[in-house]
Amino acid sequence: MDFELPESHRILQASIREFCEKKVKPFAREWDAKEQFPHEVVRELGQLGVMGILVKEEYGGAGMDALAVAVAVEEIARYDGSLALTVASHNGLGTSHIRVFGNEEQRRKYLPKLATGEWLGAWGLTEPGSGSDAAGMKTTAVKKGDVWVLNGTKMFITQGTVGHVFVILALTDPPKRQKGITAFIVERGQKGFTQRPIHGKLGMRSSDTAELILENVEVPDSARLGEVGQGFIDTLKILDRGRITIGALAVGLARGALEESIRYSKERTAFGHPIADFQALRWMMADMKTETDAARLLVHRAAYLADHGRPYTREASMAKLFASEVAMRACNKAVQIHGGYGYTREFPVERYLRDAKLCEIGEGTSEIQRSIIARETFKTA
Amino acid sequence: MKILVTAKRVEDPESKIKVKPDGTGIVQEGLKYKINPFDEIAVEEGLRLVAKHGGEVVVVSIGGKEVHEQLRHALAMGAHKAVWVNHTGPLDQMGVAGLLQKVVEKEKPDLVILGKQSIDDDQNQVGQYLAEWLGWGQATFASKAESFDSENEKNKVPALVVGADNKTVRVVREVDGGLATVECQLPAVVTTDLRLNQPRYASLPGIMKAKSKPIEELIPAGLGVDVTPKLTVTKMSAPPARKAGIKVPDVATLVEKLKTEAKVI
Repeated sequence: MDFELPESHRILQASIREFCEKKVKPFAREWDAKEQFPHEVVRELGQLGVMGILVKEEYGGAGMDALAVAVAVEEIARYDGSLALTVASHNGLGTSHIRVFGNEEQRRKYLPKLATGEWLGAWGLTEPGSGSDAAGMKTTAVKKGDVWVLNGTKMFITQGTVGHVFVILALTDPPKRQKGITAFIVERGQKGFTQRPIHGKLGMRSSDTAELILENVEVPDSARLGEVGQGFIDTLKILDRGRITIGALAVGLARGALEESIRYSKERTAFGHPIADFQALRWMMADMKTETDAARLLVHRAAYLADHGRPYTREASMAKLFASEVAMRACNKAVQIHGGYGYTREFPVERYLRDAKLCEIGEGTSEIQRSIIARETFKTA
Repeated sequence: MKILVTAKRVEDPESKIKVKPDGTGIVQEGLKYKINPFDEIAVEEGLRLVAKHGGEVVVVSIGGKEVHEQLRHALAMGAHKAVWVNHTGPLDQMGVAGLLQKVVEKEKPDLVILGKQSIDDDQNQVGQYLAEWLGWGQATFASKAESFDSENEKNKVPALVVGADNKTVRVVREVDGGLATVECQLPAVVTTDLRLNQPRYASLPGIMKAKSKPIEELIPAGLGVDVTPKLTVTKMSAPPARKAGIKVPDVATLVEKLKTEAKVI
């Protein structure tokens, strides 16, 4: 067994780290406070190929693998969870749905611009009344002559306002429930399509989130993504992969929490000692380190399975579940270690804690992950 | 034109360097490594010149198998091919310059660009030795004096300009108290200062392309270079820890102490 990252991934890691040290670290606090989406930095990440990691070279992407996505997202999340979420969701959801299930024409049309970050991708599954229970969706698509007419509302859609290309899941055959769901590509500015920004999130505040309203939005059949009735099955596959990425994001936040805690505890003194000398705090950091490494190993294993064409549904859920709970524990400890200062925006750890909470919710709650892990485990038991 | 650039593997300046207790070197465990930052500037400058004039950038590094990571990084930035001088063990500045001389004679570049110094040994000698031994002109400390983001800078003459006939290079050098502009016949050796440019990040497509770019292996014996060091490091030690400062009650005491204790005024 080899626990070393391949050389190409180490170079990728170093490159993104240097980029983030210069262009992300000094500004992340302000973006968070102002709920400001960092367009310029996202554009630069696009130039580096970070917005098209999995997209093949022939479509203008980097043609790298799931492990590369995990490495890139962890590295960005170390500095800014929101930006990591932008990269994770763009690569993992919207772009991936077109990349994996799009036909040649759709790939040619959308992937080159998505891969360079010129266009941002979004993915519309969740609705005001349904999240993890995807089959409870209300959005419908009705075939009228040559076009499909979409009606409904999508909720908490990442890149909902800044996105250009939206993959929308809709019921095409409501009585069939899950088996009656189909995916469509909707472009920004289409008649009847409204994007309403959502403000006031606890964390991930400089990631863009919106409500999407579809009122008689007409799309041609060529905008249908995948087979009729196949949307939900395709969606599950996209989510599996997305979960590895959210796991990586959580690992980045946990690592950030630990690194900031080590630095602070060496500088801060109490009772005549740096607080890093006190066993109570050292043990907290020992746990943070152990759990973060364990979480990363789970994430990398899931990525490895995905990259080698092996089943990874359960392993992706395990990675996401464990990493997001590790991130919450680590960030909570980091705030504790920072004491009063940790409770202020002067130090980044309170932001990490707020960002980490999303990882237990987005792309399937922890409860859903446990259900999947149990289901998959019983299947093979 | 063909440009040869260097990419020495050095300790990442962000890592914490500790000297071994016996003073024979530094503790290498847990250290991160990267391309010498001045060499990274050299790679970038080579890539920019080639983008303008056409040609290729060849990157060279000396060391064990581990320097492949730095070579691959330079290839990911856009260099066209790499030369790896496979050598482990101590090497002084003359050994490095001697090896580079042979690589230059083999590759026949029009221009060699290297960092003015590496941030580990901080010798600042290899470029000068190399130019002398090749009998080429040298322009050290190529620089730009302005911030890269200013309007002013955009209108400035670039620090490194190759003549229209590809026969000369004009270099703006950073010297004490200002800038000096020199012109060299090509081929020439140029060393880079900190403010010459801001190196690009290795892009993901660049990283993928780098995988299939060639790395040619050379060995010192094959090049006919005796690399026995003429210079040996006898001892390494950490700089003495700074003593704590003192607080003075008022300006008068401060002035008094500066006069009588520090004796600086």
